[in-house]
Amino acid sequence: MVSVPVQAGETAAYAIEVEDLAIGYHGKPALSGVTLQVPTNEIFGIIGPANSGKTSFLRAINRMDLMTAGMEVSGSVLVEGRDVRSWRNPYALRQRIGVVFPLPVGLPLSIYDNVALSSRLRGTRKKAELDVIVERCLRRAALWDEVKDRLDSLGSLLSGGQQQRLTIARALSQDPSILLLDEFSIAVDPVTTMRIEEVLSDLKSEMTIVLVTNLVQQAHRLASRTAFFLTGELVEVTETEAMFHGGAQDPRTTAYVEGKFG
Amino acid sequence: MFEATVQNRRNRKVEGLFRLLFLWMTCMLILPVALILGVLVYRGGPAISWEFLFTQPLNNMTAGGILPALVGTVWLVVVALIASVPVGVAAALYLSEYAPDNRLTRAINLAIINLAGVPSIVHALFGLGAFVIFFRFGTSILAASLTLAVMTLPVVIVATRESLQTVPLAFREACWNMGATRWQTIRKIVLPNAISGILTGVILEVSRTSGETAPIMFTGAAFFLPFLPQGVLDQTMAMSLHLFVISTQVPDVPEHMPFGVALVLISMVLAMNGISIAFRVYLRGRKKW
Repeated sequence: MVSVPVQAGETAAYAIEVEDLAIGYHGKPALSGVTLQVPTNEIFGIIGPANSGKTSFLRAINRMDLMTAGMEVSGSVLVEGRDVRSWRNPYALRQRIGVVFPLPVGLPLSIYDNVALSSRLRGTRKKAELDVIVERCLRRAALWDEVKDRLDSLGSLLSGGQQQRLTIARALSQDPSILLLDEFSIAVDPVTTMRIEEVLSDLKSEMTIVLVTNLVQQAHRLASRTAFFLTGELVEVTETEAMFHGGAQDPRTTAYVEGKFG
Repeated sequence: MFEATVQNRRNRKVEGLFRLLFLWMTCMLILPVALILGVLVYRGGPAISWEFLFTQPLNNMTAGGILPALVGTVWLVVVALIASVPVGVAAALYLSEYAPDNRLTRAINLAIINLAGVPSIVHALFGLGAFVIFFRFGTSILAASLTLAVMTLPVVIVATRESLQTVPLAFREACWNMGATRWQTIRKIVLPNAISGILTGVILEVSRTSGETAPIMFTGAAFFLPFLPQGVLDQTMAMSLHLFVISTQVPDVPEHMPFGVALVLISMVLAMNGISIAFRVYLRGRKKW
């Protein structure tokens, strides 16, 4: 695959292009032979049972291999047309990519500081600017109404569902072009899950979302296309509608989405 | 109706026996501590007075107070802290937050553990060779404090590293994923949440330093010097050495004096430990996650 780096002002057709990606930890393979493209401004679902390499895949995209002892990555990962390993400054790359974890991580800072952190790391000091960012991100994450009167209380003491929305607000405060969600609903009640899903549907017009999920129906509801990972391999990438209505290319995918294993 | 089997009854009996055994061992542990404190208060108590704390020793140290030793110990501890805390905390930050898990790191960790095991008299000789003679500091507070600093460095490093590691990895990963550098993560998240633990470790180090005798004997502490030190290149008296001297080297010291010195020294150490415990309680009270 030949990719032309994107010029300023031009939007790449693919936000993420992965070719022959292999990931291992201390020499033990976790994922191998993955080739796929994630189109810009759509929700891309990744489903698969535990230990199939979904989280490792996300970590390779924002170069967390640099921060993880023993993690080895081979093959190529292009973000907006540019190989992630060619970024001399991986911190700048990570700022463009928001990440939400399976278990909500409210940092031990106030709610306000949680959302303002990313802007502060980038050198924004003005209170007025930060106020605007904090309010906008909390509103977009559907959390503003619940916390607007106690922005000074600790983010790590919110309930699980609120913390997960706080995490999303924090990710949005990076003003990312790509949002990676790793099983965000694992510790969240169904009502909050639905609210977050609505938020994601709205965000799709502004950013590319990679949604790793253990709920196949969540992928069905949200994703335009879905990849199925199984024991460290990519089984297939298919239009979600087709995948859930008998159009999967591989019988294992059909069995998985119908709940016959995994 | 349930009946206790023979096995049940035996288990219960054994449980009771072990409980008693462990209780007994714990009492054995407390006994010497209580005895030491009791004897010191009983025999040294009468020696304590404002005059004892705040005047010079007189008549060949058989009368008067301990002021130069008290001030000297404070000097030694403070200079040792200034030398060891920045180095120790920086080393702990490197080992905990930056170092890759490779052979070099493991070797450094091993070295730290071994450094903690070096007898204090060996540190004393090292300090004499390195600071007094090689660096030409002479026998001075500086040389003695640097010797103490080298000796307590492992304690600071281990205490700091442990309190850094109580901050969950998930917090660091969340920051890294936002594009924060390791240093930004340390400054914004790790240090603010580990600082109380680090302070606790530092205070414990202080209490250890204030009681050391061997390392300062050859490097900066004086037998008898009835002046207060004016700077780090002066010699000084110190509580621990003073106790040794008046207990063993000087004839006709009134019996209550060494006990009084020991009581003041142990009170300093216990007060430090008390502060450290208070810190820990405070820290638990405002834990943020």
